[in-house]
Amino acid sequence: MTNALALIGLTPDGTVPPAAAALLAGAARLGTPVAVVVTGGALDEPTISALGASGARQVLHYTADDLAESLLTPVVDALAAAVESAQPSAVLLENVIDGREVAGRLAVRLGSGMVVDIVDIRDQDGLPVATTSVLGGAYTVESVTDGGPLIATVRQGAIEGTAAAVTAEVISAALPPSAMPSAVVESSNDAQVTSGRPELRAATRVVSGGRGLQSKENFVLVEQLADALGAAVGASRAAVDAGYVPQSAQVGQTGVTVSPQLYVALGISGAIQHRAGMQTAKTIVAINRDPDAPIFDIADFGIVGDVFTVVPQIIEKIGTAAR
Amino acid sequence: MKIVVLIKQVPDTYGERRLDTTSGRIDRSIDPVIDEITERAIEVALTEKDRSDAEVVLLTMGPASAVEMLRRGLAIGADRAVHVLDDALAGSDMLRTSAVLAAALRREGFDLVITGNESTDGRGGSMAAMLSEQLSVPHATYLNAVEITPQSVGGERAGERGTRVIRATLPAVISITERNPEARFPSFKGSMRAKKKPLETLSASDLASGLPASRSRILTATARPARTAGRKVIDDGSAAGELVDYLTSSHLI
Ligand SMILES: Cc1cc2nc3c(=O)[nH]c(=O)nc-3n(C[C@H](O)[C@H](O)[C@H](O)COP(=O)(O)OP(=O)(O)OC[C@H]3O[C@@H](n4cnc5c(N)ncnc54)[C@H](O)[C@@H]3O)c2cc1C
Repeated sequence: MTNALALIGLTPDGTVPPAAAALLAGAARLGTPVAVVVTGGALDEPTISALGASGARQVLHYTADDLAESLLTPVVDALAAAVESAQPSAVLLENVIDGREVAGRLAVRLGSGMVVDIVDIRDQDGLPVATTSVLGGAYTVESVTDGGPLIATVRQGAIEGTAAAVTAEVISAALPPSAMPSAVVESSNDAQVTSGRPELRAATRVVSGGRGLQSKENFVLVEQLADALGAAVGASRAAVDAGYVPQSAQVGQTGVTVSPQLYVALGISGAIQHRAGMQTAKTIVAINRDPDAPIFDIADFGIVGDVFTVVPQIIEKIGTAAR
Repeated sequence: MKIVVLIKQVPDTYGERRLDTTSGRIDRSIDPVIDEITERAIEVALTEKDRSDAEVVLLTMGPASAVEMLRRGLAIGADRAVHVLDDALAGSDMLRTSAVLAAALRREGFDLVITGNESTDGRGGSMAAMLSEQLSVPHATYLNAVEITPQSVGGERAGERGTRVIRATLPAVISITERNPEARFPSFKGSMRAKKKPLETLSASDLASGLPASRSRILTATARPARTAGRKVIDDGSAAGELVDYLTSSHLI
């Protein structure tokens, strides 16, 4: 059986991230799942068993001294070496900024085709077929690549199921110094994780706020409803531009695309660019004081009202319902 | 310093964008406009030109209609423009596009290449990195703010799990995020002057022989049914209760 590679980026504290399971599940549909891991030092036993538990039959482990300082180049070098040794039918990466850039560089280096932000993958007589959802979710497209492996970045939360747990076999190698020049990483500033709140891209529930919240102080209302629902916090570009929330919370055309079970839009008009990032949600709820706001055209449940009146009542009623 | 800015024409995100479900290609005849992020890329270059004597060259690969956005870029202050225009390049995938743009950049020569981080149509988000690999120069990409010195370029790089401060030695390719300022507007004088600025048109054969073929191919493309409006209630004090009942009966809470 052919191999399928999954690039697994370990968390800053060296553990296997939740995204690994989905990438390996996707790889398992295409062939023998092989994890590619790049680190500065040795790979410890708990990490190896966690990779096996997520389905990695084999772990191709590369060490690079300059991993932390050289922007992406060691990872591209490692994947190119892994492709050379495993001859896979596909290489799957996370659809994050780093993942997309590594994928693009690898595609150039191998002369292979790439597909970005896939929401599904299947095997068709030995050929990997990737599904994407494009133009703001208005179209579904299936693609294949010719000559060389399919290089694909996988949207978080899109691939269902898991690969069977196995005991991973590890092959380690040190990467030689790269032939390619890199940008240098001078410092890092890890995002603050608000404990207990789900991450936006993977969340099954999202509560987003827009310009209607009027200030950073008022935006707390969005967070309070999110916490009452166990949801992640999102925002419109206007809310981001106004500084109510960091850019990583932006949902839409030039922000994150989400497809949760429940999406709640508070004080968001529903501009076409915002809808492009959330209209594939299962259920959409909107609260806006303008009865003609376009968000109501796609909302399953719309309330024409003031967020500052209605939202505190909702939070209170959810509390009552839970009791 | 010579700065080349890559700009792209896309279907306006404010309009109804369409995909031809037979070819799988985006319909580029509907409302073509300059992709906003590449307009911001021009602004980054012009800001540098304002404080040094940088030469700013615009480069695009795209249909004949793209000439309008090149003219506008010249009107706000770019010095020259290069248009790669060839029907044989329509529908190129990211790999082939990166090879064409890299060939044009090699021909032109550069100290710094500036692109948008991600287009609104293809949303690939990796063209700058692909160009760096094609050209064997470093990429300092997804910059929320850009700092240019005579020898290097750098700034804060966006990221899902936090930001990083990065820096690359020139020549280099950078991409910028929408945290960067919007583009300035053309003045009447600028628009008049733009008519006399050089605008060169190149075909694929002017650039390179042996450009790679597209490697990705679309099998099927289907339109998703449009969403419809559901229930809409006007708040009279009871809407919150109705919503909570709805969420409960839909098993959402
Ligand atoms: C290239 C491009 C890319 C873009 N990308 C994105 C993107 O990724 N994401 C995105 O969101 N936008 C994006 N936009 C911007 C988009 O066009 C809109 O400007 C933006 O979505 C508007 O945000 P908003 O709904 O918060 O603000 P507004 O449109 O100003 O809407 C605010 C709403 O709040 C309502 N409101 C005010 N006060 C209250 C109250 N007390 N109670 C209830 N309702 C209230 C108002 O009725 C109004 O409908 C993009 C635009 C372009 C050109």
